[in-house]
Amino acid sequence: MVKLIIDDREVEVPEHTTILDAAASAGIKIPTLCYLRDVNEVGACRVCVVEVEGIDQLVAACNNYVLDGMIVHTNSRRARIARKTNVEFLLSQHSSECTSCVRSGNCSLQSLANDLGITHLPYAKHLEGFHSDTAFPLIRDNDKCIKCLRCIQVCENVQATGVWALTSRASHASVNVAGGRALAETDCALCGQCITHCPTGALRERDDTDRVFDAIEDPEKICLVQIAPAVRTAWGESLGLAREDATVKRLASALRQMGFDYVFDTNFSADLTIMEEGSELLERVRRAGEPGGEPIRFPMFTSCCPGWIRYAKSHYPDMLDQISTSKSPQQMFGAVAKTYYAEALGVDPSMIFSVSVMPCLAKKAEAALPTMVGETGEPDVDVVLTVREIDRMIRAAHIDPCTLEESELDQPLGAGTGAAVIFGATGGVMDAALRSAYFLATGENPDPDAFSGVRGLDGWKEKTFDLAGVPLRVAVAHGLGNAHKLIEALRAGEVSYDFVEIMACPGGCVGGGGQPIHDGCELAGERGDVLWGLDAAAPLRFSHENPSVQTLYADYLGEPLSERAEELLHTDHAAWEMGK
Amino acid sequence: MARLHVMERSHAQAVMDDLHDALGRRLAARSLAPCPVEFTAALVNLCATQSCGKCTPCRVGLKALADLLEDVLANRATPETIDLIEKTANTIYLSADCAIGYEAGSMALMAVRGFRDDFEHHVREHACGFDENERVPCVAGCPANVDIPGYISLVEAGRYTDAVKLIRKDNPLPIVCGRVCEHPCEMHCRRGIVDDPLNILALKRFATDHMECDYRPWIAKATGKRIAVVGGGPAGISCAYYLAIMGHKVTIFEQRRHLGGMLRYGIPSYRLPREDLDAEIQWILDCGIDVELEHAVDGQELARLRDEFDAVYLAIGAHSDKKLGLAGEDAEGVVSAVQMLRAIGDGEMPDFSGERVVVVGGGNVAMDVARSSVRLGAEKIIIAYRRRICDMTAQDAEIAGAEAEGCQIMELNAPVRIEVGADGRVAGVVVQPQIIGEPRWGRPAPRAADAPERLIACDRVIVAIGQDIDSAPFEAMGIPCSRGRIVTDTEGAVHGFAGLYSGGDCQTGPATVIRAINAGKVAAANIDHYLGFDHKVLLEVELPPVQFKGKRLCGRCELKERDAAERVGDFEMAEIGLTEQEAHQEASRCLRCDHFGFGAFRGGRNFQW
Repeated sequence: MVKLIIDDREVEVPEHTTILDAAASAGIKIPTLCYLRDVNEVGACRVCVVEVEGIDQLVAACNNYVLDGMIVHTNSRRARIARKTNVEFLLSQHSSECTSCVRSGNCSLQSLANDLGITHLPYAKHLEGFHSDTAFPLIRDNDKCIKCLRCIQVCENVQATGVWALTSRASHASVNVAGGRALAETDCALCGQCITHCPTGALRERDDTDRVFDAIEDPEKICLVQIAPAVRTAWGESLGLAREDATVKRLASALRQMGFDYVFDTNFSADLTIMEEGSELLERVRRAGEPGGEPIRFPMFTSCCPGWIRYAKSHYPDMLDQISTSKSPQQMFGAVAKTYYAEALGVDPSMIFSVSVMPCLAKKAEAALPTMVGETGEPDVDVVLTVREIDRMIRAAHIDPCTLEESELDQPLGAGTGAAVIFGATGGVMDAALRSAYFLATGENPDPDAFSGVRGLDGWKEKTFDLAGVPLRVAVAHGLGNAHKLIEALRAGEVSYDFVEIMACPGGCVGGGGQPIHDGCELAGERGDVLWGLDAAAPLRFSHENPSVQTLYADYLGEPLSERAEELLHTDHAAWEMGK
Repeated sequence: MARLHVMERSHAQAVMDDLHDALGRRLAARSLAPCPVEFTAALVNLCATQSCGKCTPCRVGLKALADLLEDVLANRATPETIDLIEKTANTIYLSADCAIGYEAGSMALMAVRGFRDDFEHHVREHACGFDENERVPCVAGCPANVDIPGYISLVEAGRYTDAVKLIRKDNPLPIVCGRVCEHPCEMHCRRGIVDDPLNILALKRFATDHMECDYRPWIAKATGKRIAVVGGGPAGISCAYYLAIMGHKVTIFEQRRHLGGMLRYGIPSYRLPREDLDAEIQWILDCGIDVELEHAVDGQELARLRDEFDAVYLAIGAHSDKKLGLAGEDAEGVVSAVQMLRAIGDGEMPDFSGERVVVVGGGNVAMDVARSSVRLGAEKIIIAYRRRICDMTAQDAEIAGAEAEGCQIMELNAPVRIEVGADGRVAGVVVQPQIIGEPRWGRPAPRAADAPERLIACDRVIVAIGQDIDSAPFEAMGIPCSRGRIVTDTEGAVHGFAGLYSGGDCQTGPATVIRAINAGKVAAANIDHYLGFDHKVLLEVELPPVQFKGKRLCGRCELKERDAAERVGDFEMAEIGLTEQEAHQEASRCLRCDHFGFGAFRGGRNFQW
């Protein structure tokens, strides 16, 4: 243990504790800006500088360690002035157009400047004048970038992608696409982790809210909306709702008040996905066992995460045949809505305006793929909104969800099981798939918690389960860095599996790049627990027991992997190119 | 009113002089900018401030040039801007009235032409295309990328064995390098910006001299692969070590009686004591490396080795001597430095008692043979060199050491022939005095001065003008060679010969120990890969936590030398290592660029290779 004095308080902490953590343990919160625990501990912004007696210069508290007998002043005159001046430096290169910024009110730079009492700027303003293509789902506005370097670190070290880099040097140092390319031409997976880890509004999603308002107000359109599983864990965070009050049913009420005609649940198509993907897995296993058949490579990978699909296409194009051909739940929903449901309503599919609310940016790109269209070439899903966008729409429509009662989702596309709702957490797709695969293989339901070994926040989980006497080796990875490690080990022959679930975002969709932003907090675990709780409490916990899905097969699709199911619910991952 | 005044230094002038010194140190330690366009802009801005303001091109042109460069940096420029920059620089060069202006124009011109690709990249991509990674300066400066801040922190913590362990992750010869490394790591040491660069060499030596205990490296499971290393110099030994710890079976084939190559047959023992060299080599051989001494390898033998072994590393060094090409060179008493040092390396000490010796050359080897001659009893030693002392390629410390030991340097004297006596023995060297002139190949070239030839009477001439590579037998079998050097790709692989790698002096031409060591390390990694493995060499030492100390001025502890009068009498180590007090103070001066500055973001530490 090390004893030191911080702001006249005696503090005792273990060796190798940072000054920042030591101060926090004594209840002293040293302001930080660029710091992000375990991700970005580079001491770049110099906001957390403190005075250490006996040392002439100030010391960054975030990445320097306590020493025995150290006397620290976190708010001495020198530290205070330096901290404030450094924020003024950053503001001199920051477009402080807070009134038209999506991060206003949730911006670390703004709060810091306010906290430090900065009321005027002594330095001339110099803006870089660069923003990226605003048609792409991910937008960079360098007039707001403060070069904290977090996006570079998250992309490279957490997501193993490396889209961002320091592209110039000295006073012209700029964070931008490595090599100076256009963002759309990179292998960006659109995981959006750079957005959720950006302290300012330099990175954001393309805002599609106006298109949705227009459609809602268009009397010719039937507006329906699907809500992804992970959305129900987070949509209330920025609206002042307690987690237990921010239910999907209350969100349904808000969306109806906003003017949507039908409010459905992506859980419906998550169950559908399990039927198709699970059947596909068993079919692959069966075909692989046939003598003389075409060789089938294992493992089969899940396909519900479009960020993962983008990553696989750009990093492992030779493995696309190993990814399930099943569309993601969002796209299965879109395809079913504009065929089966349009027929049920007796309307032309072109009258349907299909919106999805997703914790995700990659879903925006997925919905726009040339392969995700109906017979007329119209997209199956018209607009994808992130949770942040739907929250903005709720505020813009001056709806106070706290005052709304819960209401049921519409049927039949609003029905989902516990197996569907866990799609939003890492391990959930695997867990759900195993429950139904077991049923399909044995004709009996397993204990719904039989496969709980794939749950939890370890980056790379593996388990072997017995499926009617056949051992099934499965693995789950979340975060593309973990996916990268898993696939490299597979390719090196160090591991082998039959079925692998990959989610691009750490923690799965609950940690998605389209979720509400809380600087410095990783909420994937807490949000994931909501989903696992919903599953545990659900009356139905097996996808194959979803009555709407059963009806869909009985009345329309026949059976999983039928010709019509292949047509509507499966896709060719090789039929489109990245960077286009 | 007085007619004249004595010059007095104003306060401002004194401050300016101090800042000038600081700027000089700063520029010595760090380039103006890690981006070529930033570099040019900084250079032009600096030059512009030096203008007196009288003349148009310098006063206005340099400012206009700076504006154009800012346009490039701020992504406002078009391809035409680059042409305009070149035209502007050229006009300043052609029409400025004094050197302040025309040299500024000349530098800007050189920059825009030399960096044309970088300028175009900025204009086209709005980003810097210069991908020279900004790394920890000492680590980047070390050809083997040794984790210098890491082992210095271990020296500071008094953990010397761990320090040596850490060094050996990247360089298996720390004892050797702690004595003879040319320490390019110190060149850009950031401490130089504050006061003086760290004495990294001395700290490495201190660690090797004060290990608390020996240790053995971790050796991977035997792979069953066999590799032949041809040549037992630093490149070969380094390659053999890393391959051995990766679990491969290595045999070194050495032409001479002992291992060490130029470490033994080139570097005198007063710089690298034989017992230290032997101990370090033995430590490496104990990893299970076989050695075949006095086993020369020619083309035919190489072909046999390639058949018998899974891979071959060719590291034969540069051991044949260059000739002066002067009349009388074959006379008795004229020897090459290579011959002389080779004999000494095998323990055959010649006797120069009472002789007058002329050494021809200006490199480290010339200093080595001159200083060895002192120890062999020579009465008078003259080093004849055709350029100036400041043009010598020998390290300053070596030149100073030679002079302190009584060697006389005759600069600007080019040997023109060897005077041979009636007995067929050398009688002297005839030299032509030179005058220094305009630069050729980067340094000022001498030419004959209007002065008569002179005879330096002597009993012995030692020619130390460089070494050649004995690559002819390999070239004959089709191995690609260029000007005597074996040609490989950057991985060390010889094109067209699967499994054959080469490196060290025979591939680079005569170079430094540390470059040879790195060549061996690179080859080991790539041979391992070639054989289908991916063994990683890991950082196995836990480093002490970084401590912020802030700026504290403190001079650099230098190595002391034994008294010149005493050391000329033997071949014992001339330099004295640091004391513990000195070593700890010196280690504490390290600014830990692996943790502070850019190192915190990128390039802080390589945990494996």
